[in-house]
Amino acid sequence: MAVEIPKVSYTGKIKTIPIGDPSKGILVGGDEAYPFYGFEGALPNAPRIAMDVQDTPPEECAATIRELFSDVWDDPVAWAQKCIQEYGADMIDLELASTDPNGLDRSAEEAAEMVKKVADSIDVPLIVYGTANVEKDSDVLRMVCEVCEGRHLMVGPVQEGNYKKIGAAAIAYKHTVIANTPIDINLAKQLNILLGNLGVPDEQILIDPTTGGLGYGLEYTYSVMERIRMAAMVQQDEKLQLPMICNIGKEVWKTKEAKQTIEEAPELGDPTQRGVLMEAITAQDLLLAGANILILRHPETVKLVRSMIQELMG
Amino acid sequence: MAMTGIQIFKLLPKTNCKDCGFPTCLAFAMALAAGKAELDKCPHVSEESKAQLAESSAPPIRAVTIGTGDNALKVGGELVLYRHEKTFFNPTGLGVVVSDTMSDDEVTAKVEKADKLEYERVGIMLRPDLVACKCESGDPAKFEALVNKVQGMTSLNLVLMSDNMDALKAGAMAAKDRKPLLYAATKDNADAAAELAKETECPLAVKGTSLDEVAELTDKLTKAGLKDLVIDSGAREIKTLLRDQVAIRRLALEKKFTALGFPTITLPCEMTDDPMKEAMYAALMINKYGGIALLSDIQGQAMFPLLVNRLNIYTDPQRPMATKEGIYEIGNPDENSPVLITTNFSLTYFIVMGEIESSRVPSYLLIIDTEGLSVMTAWAAGKFVADAIGIFVKKCGISDKVKEHTLIIPGLAAGMSGELEEELPDWKIVIGPREAAHIPAFLKG
Ligand code: SF4
Repeated sequence: MAVEIPKVSYTGKIKTIPIGDPSKGILVGGDEAYPFYGFEGALPNAPRIAMDVQDTPPEECAATIRELFSDVWDDPVAWAQKCIQEYGADMIDLELASTDPNGLDRSAEEAAEMVKKVADSIDVPLIVYGTANVEKDSDVLRMVCEVCEGRHLMVGPVQEGNYKKIGAAAIAYKHTVIANTPIDINLAKQLNILLGNLGVPDEQILIDPTTGGLGYGLEYTYSVMERIRMAAMVQQDEKLQLPMICNIGKEVWKTKEAKQTIEEAPELGDPTQRGVLMEAITAQDLLLAGANILILRHPETVKLVRSMIQELMG
Repeated sequence: MAMTGIQIFKLLPKTNCKDCGFPTCLAFAMALAAGKAELDKCPHVSEESKAQLAESSAPPIRAVTIGTGDNALKVGGELVLYRHEKTFFNPTGLGVVVSDTMSDDEVTAKVEKADKLEYERVGIMLRPDLVACKCESGDPAKFEALVNKVQGMTSLNLVLMSDNMDALKAGAMAAKDRKPLLYAATKDNADAAAELAKETECPLAVKGTSLDEVAELTDKLTKAGLKDLVIDSGAREIKTLLRDQVAIRRLALEKKFTALGFPTITLPCEMTDDPMKEAMYAALMINKYGGIALLSDIQGQAMFPLLVNRLNIYTDPQRPMATKEGIYEIGNPDENSPVLITTNFSLTYFIVMGEIESSRVPSYLLIIDTEGLSVMTAWAAGKFVADAIGIFVKKCGISDKVKEHTLIIPGLAAGMSGELEEELPDWKIVIGPREAAHIPAFLKG
């Protein structure tokens, strides 16, 4: 009995976007089939993995993260180097946690200076995330865009409340914006339209649908991303034909189950492997739903997810 | 696929005898088409019509039950490719494989772990479903002994695995009352396997080396009268396995290709020696259409993420997950501990609870039933509003647990604090942070 796979008839494709310095030719997107469905369409660019670096030592974190990074965590430049040299990160995400108005409340100038230092010390593409505080991010990320002119950063989260200011700076200084909306396909589309109207070219927009970690809202992110990808590829929704980015490490490693020690939760098994699998399974789920860039924290997760990507792209 | 009322009507006796409880055959037919009546209410329908009706109403992917009673595992019966199109119904069965060449202690340890492991999350118990007994000795007596040992140790559902028909038969006869899944019929033993499945009335797995071969086998077995089949496409490499799972689901749903309209069984345990990789393969099968995934071991560090992944993917997207209403004690609070309140949307609950825990400030968290809505939506829907909160705080008994009556409400609900003070005159209302992430700083400060 000859069995043939019914194929999806794709009517749209994901835009190909250069990441970092365009002369380096690092591309994401270009998908002509659903993730890992290489049997029915081209997937020219494998998903990329960034590792996250905090601009200030984390207050409380899993023992394994402390062990791996406490020697560098008061120095983002050294932390970034460690991720690249030792763990082979494709790119770096710098988290500007210190700018949080409810925390250290560091100024936009200080933050931008730190970003510049990290940007100057690395050769791979750099993502910069604020704290999702609409007003503060607006000041911080604008300043970052200006100080790092020509570095082709990816900056976010750019939200409905601050897209104009950050978007304008991104246009002026040639950076990519990470358009972030709260797990909703229509809001995601709307923000892309607004950015387009402002004059941000499609090649400078990534979609961040808001990441829920395993057990903490993953299913919402998963389905919204599947819907965004379907709208883009079979419903010709041009405004959603953009690569997606998911900030995973941050969400997973803050959860209780990723931090609990073996004494606190013996039934959850080895804490490091448990945390790594929580992060890796979240990553794999979101890859299946359409993520083109993942931000991860644990080097073992990076290895595991990278080898899954290789096997699935084959 | 589904027949219309008129089509069904043509197959009924058209005597309007009313024995079905409906005034006419036509009314009964309409009710059947709408899924509001069962065919067996009509005692007069012919066998031929019955068969035709059954076929037309059969789901595109058969739901197969493994085991008996309340804990039986139901797999298949799925209707969509993407969970947002409706929901995924029957969660991927997870199980561990033990073999008759393992030491007694190893078998005991693995089965015990599988039997005991369980986690509670939002009132749902998460646990593995299966123990698979595998014959690697080639000796029917040894295999039978293993099956008997395992049946004696656990009430988890069983899979019996052997290439050797004598061994499979010995195991199946020993455990047939438990309705194990027999694994597997292949092109070399299909007749004997069909015979055994019929005799023991157990579901049967079908293993091929390609989808073509599987389809030929299921076709043959269906013609031999078997219905409860489970498919192993034979792929042991993740890229091919994913493609096969997608092909099977699409063919069954979109092309009504009945030869592949069955749930699948997958074997991550045979695909790698690395337990982390194995967990990733199993996780992928949860997302992409695996009916069953068998593992080589049960370890908390892999089972917890897998079971939570399964819970997330199989949650009905139309129904928000909710936590039970009540007082939650975090970190042994006493009469001087702070009291916080939020809604019973499970995500809200998890996040708030996690942040309180990480603050290490012992606290009481009050969860009020808002039908699974988050703070803002529950407020808009009138379920997280001053009078509802007032009634709940008074009746829940928190007043007796704390000396200082201070209630911390979510920052997003700041607008109701005045009204709430009126509802709860003996309580001081404090406005908490808008973002859960700021709870630790708030509680410590
Ligand atoms: S019992 Fe059967 S024959 Fe009688 S009215 Fe109902 S459908 Fe018609």
